[in-house]
Amino acid sequence: MNSIFSGTRLRDMIRSIRACKTAAEERGVVRKECADIRASINENDPHDRHRNLAKLMFIHMLGYPTHFGQMECLKLIASPGFPEKRIGYLGLMLLLDERQEVLMLVTNSLKQDLNHTNQYVVGLALCALGNICSAEMARDLAPEVERLIQFRDPNIRKKAALCSTRIVRKVPDLAENFINAASSLLKEKHHGVLITGVQLCYELCTINDEALEYFRKKCTEGLIKTLRDITNSAYQPEYDVAGITDPFLHIRLLKLLRVLGHGDADASDLMTDILAQVATKTESNKNAGNAVLYECVETIMAIEDTSSLRVLAINILGRFLSNRDNNIRYVALNMLMKAIAFDDQAVQRHRVTILECVKDPDASIRKRALELVSLLVNENNVKQLTKELIDYLEISDEDFKEDLSAKICSIVEKFSPEKIWYIDQMLKVLSEAGKFVKDDVWHALIVVISNASELHGYTVRALYKAVLTYSEQETLVRVAIWCIGEYGDLLVNNVGMLGIEDPITVTESDAVDVVEDAITRHNSDMTTKAMALVALLKLSSRFPSISERIKDIIVKQKGSLLLEMQQRAIEFNSIVDRHKNIRPSLVERMPVLDEATFNVRRAGSLPASVSTMAKPSVSIPNGVAAAPLVDLLDLGSDDIMAAPSSSGADFLQDLLGVDLGSSSAQSGATPGPKAGADLLMDILSIGTPSPAQNNTSSVDLLSTPGINKNPSNALDTLSSPALPHIATTASAGGMFDLLDGLTPSPSKEATNGPAYPPIVAYESSTLKIEFTFSKSSGNPQETNVQATFINLSPNTFTDFIFQAAVPKVISVFFFSPLLSSYQNFFNIVFRSFNLQFLQLHLDPASSNTLPASGNITQNLRVTNSQHGKKSLVMRMRIGYKVNGKDVLEEGQINNFPRGL
Amino acid sequence: NTVAHIQNNVPASTLNLSQFNQDQVNQLIQQLQQHIRFILLQNRQGKTRLAKYYVPLEESEKHKVEYEVHRLVVNRDSKFTNFVEFRTHKVIYRRYAGLFFSLCVDITDNELAYLECIHLFVEILDHFFSNVCELDLVFNFHKVYLILDEFILAGELQETSKRAIIERMSELEKLE
Repeated sequence: MNSIFSGTRLRDMIRSIRACKTAAEERGVVRKECADIRASINENDPHDRHRNLAKLMFIHMLGYPTHFGQMECLKLIASPGFPEKRIGYLGLMLLLDERQEVLMLVTNSLKQDLNHTNQYVVGLALCALGNICSAEMARDLAPEVERLIQFRDPNIRKKAALCSTRIVRKVPDLAENFINAASSLLKEKHHGVLITGVQLCYELCTINDEALEYFRKKCTEGLIKTLRDITNSAYQPEYDVAGITDPFLHIRLLKLLRVLGHGDADASDLMTDILAQVATKTESNKNAGNAVLYECVETIMAIEDTSSLRVLAINILGRFLSNRDNNIRYVALNMLMKAIAFDDQAVQRHRVTILECVKDPDASIRKRALELVSLLVNENNVKQLTKELIDYLEISDEDFKEDLSAKICSIVEKFSPEKIWYIDQMLKVLSEAGKFVKDDVWHALIVVISNASELHGYTVRALYKAVLTYSEQETLVRVAIWCIGEYGDLLVNNVGMLGIEDPITVTESDAVDVVEDAITRHNSDMTTKAMALVALLKLSSRFPSISERIKDIIVKQKGSLLLEMQQRAIEFNSIVDRHKNIRPSLVERMPVLDEATFNVRRAGSLPASVSTMAKPSVSIPNGVAAAPLVDLLDLGSDDIMAAPSSSGADFLQDLLGVDLGSSSAQSGATPGPKAGADLLMDILSIGTPSPAQNNTSSVDLLSTPGINKNPSNALDTLSSPALPHIATTASAGGMFDLLDGLTPSPSKEATNGPAYPPIVAYESSTLKIEFTFSKSSGNPQETNVQATFINLSPNTFTDFIFQAAVPKVISVFFFSPLLSSYQNFFNIVFRSFNLQFLQLHLDPASSNTLPASGNITQNLRVTNSQHGKKSLVMRMRIGYKVNGKDVLEEGQINNFPRGL
Repeated sequence: NTVAHIQNNVPASTLNLSQFNQDQVNQLIQQLQQHIRFILLQNRQGKTRLAKYYVPLEESEKHKVEYEVHRLVVNRDSKFTNFVEFRTHKVIYRRYAGLFFSLCVDITDNELAYLECIHLFVEILDHFFSNVCELDLVFNFHKVYLILDEFILAGELQETSKRAIIERMSELEKLE
């Protein structure tokens, strides 16, 4: 390396970067600059540091990596001069954040600078600390900052105040230390110091109840006086914004009064007058004034009941709502949502205006208005509001239809007065926005239809009519196909006509046309095609006269590019062809779907957890519980379960090569198949069914997607390409044979593998977590982890909870059996779903109380399906109570031994 | 920022907040969600002229955020609101000639106040550079950061007087 280094000036570098015509050229210039800077760093010349770092910051802003400059920041911060320190701190704030360990190295320099004699240096240090300090730094440096709140120079005081807000946010325990200092700031005259002081008090009040009580008692009156003074103050050019003296301070004060007044009638009483004054006197023709009014309304709504003030507040919101400025209307919509809580009637009065806002060209307004409308809905106005919204759905922007239809669906589901109305509205939504409707919504619709036996005929006819017009709406087509498959006979025979219906003539072949159309249309997705195929099988029995035609359609699917379709076509064809005697019982109408179960499932498919305490059963991240084997095979028909040797069941067993009758026993007891299934599940990284789960409900008609972690489906995926002959040859025992064939039984190796050293997974001042590892025999992907939690503090931890999570990485398809009765498992609703390459299973901890210096243990099982390729990572949270106070600690564990 | 942290880094579904009682969750959220998350200054082409983050984000995440925010604000009609919902937060933006000033704040925060805040910042810049233009901000980016640090700290407003900030800046400039 040539030691004669000629660096360019910052300005020149920016010029030459700006002069670049192409991105490649820019990269070239940046690369060269970076090389120069590195060279200069290596020479360790303190004169260039300053300039190098400035350049690096610019390069960083352009989006290039600049981590090699981090240490330069530290060196600059440690240098004595102000200009160097200034650039150093700036670089520190830009290039680093609180999570980098390098940051810890700067704690000492910060401490020195906080005690520096030059107040500008102190200012720099406070600024950096306030912007990026971590919890540890906050603990270390809190005393310095606390002292600086009393500093003589106001510039330091205000910085110290805000720095303290960050500190208490990071470490709420420190809040108490700041109460006195903060209250002294409230007496300040200097606006900058006052506003930061108010902010600090606000922060303390939200964190610490003692602080809240203290400020409520000692400071409420003073704050009211301050607010009155600035509200009534004469024109002050320095702080004036559109005729209002320091609206920012107004807003801060109102916000602090809000927490002081909330839940305390006396404090609320004290502030009534000034709030009334602000609400009535503030100019509302400029944004600044409206900002103050907005905050004032917010405070009025939060403090204890003062009904006259609330009338004032609602009136202000009414004015806002009719304002021509979109910003003002937006905040009005936002606030009205809160106002509903105490004055529903007043908000209802604005219903028409709000409905207009739903149709606004501005998406932000539409979204807020839609939220608000959905809160306004009640039993009395649901029909009218739904009609308005559905009418609008027809003409709304494509990109708004998703939100809008989701809201309509939830309104309809929640408030529907009768089933027929629900079905009608849902059909309208599906017709207009079927492609945006979420799966659980149309699943729910099917459940409702299934339960409304008197409406089956009506529904299938209505769907038939709708699908002729709106054949491009995927979910509408699905529901229609399902209904036609189930209730096709009601469609053609006009069974169960309601008075409101016009009679229609539909021939059997018309009905089949709809299904054929869906299965042949090139843009139908897999789910729709699969559902159509099942419907065809059902129709082949319902419409014997055209069963040849149906068979032809099914046969065509043998050539489908989708393996699943191909295989099912072959199987169904053989049912139609060769098993006419059992077909009718095989494709009977589905039993009524259990609404209650579905709703529980649906709710349960929302985020679940990997947490431990309450849940003994397996639960896998992503809210997916491994379904028991019985469950997934899902006969769904009691008589078959009761008589597993009946011909139908035998046939099914043969068809799938699974011994259904004894599957529950097998899954628990017989080692062979179990091992096979486990292996396969591991391949797909699917949870292992635990014995506990095999006891759970066996009839599982509607496994919703979240629940469906369905090993048999996974088996289907694997088995389809490999052994398409199963169905036609109807050979028994296929599944497990298949598995044995596929996997060269690594389970038999049964080695314990290498030993792994224990690690300290986490250590804080109060808690230490150690992990020891052992491999499951026979499965190298699976690791048993014993976590030992050691209490390093002198206090007892109660309600101890350990949570862990592993990242998700890959996506895999799986099927969910949704609809049909005992073809449930041919059936074939595909869903893309994020499967995790890491699987985590937590056993309950030995105790949830952790005595001082004691320990508890907990077992975890981690399955790494990318074993050997990816190493383990885990994130965890520990929550517990010490002396009744909640403590939350978090960490990431990256130091797992290799090869787990 | 635990909440933001959770939102950004861990699949939300893997954490079970129901383990904590509602008050704890509220408190957690309340504590952590009442300040400016980041400030961006971008031109119409999406070039970032200033980016200040008050929450820790990975570099790659920052680029994504900058890209997304630009996409969100750049094509909005001038009559539309100055607020757009962004992930679980809200972006308050304001356009000055070819420059977009965007603040990311909590969904329940006072939007109008932040709008005023942006304007005050622009006035300060205008005063400091006497008739500020994009090039001033490019060549003096470090000064822009310095001004911002005098105006906002820890995601909170630090000073509301334009004069005070300008004076402070000239004091600092003398030390250079």
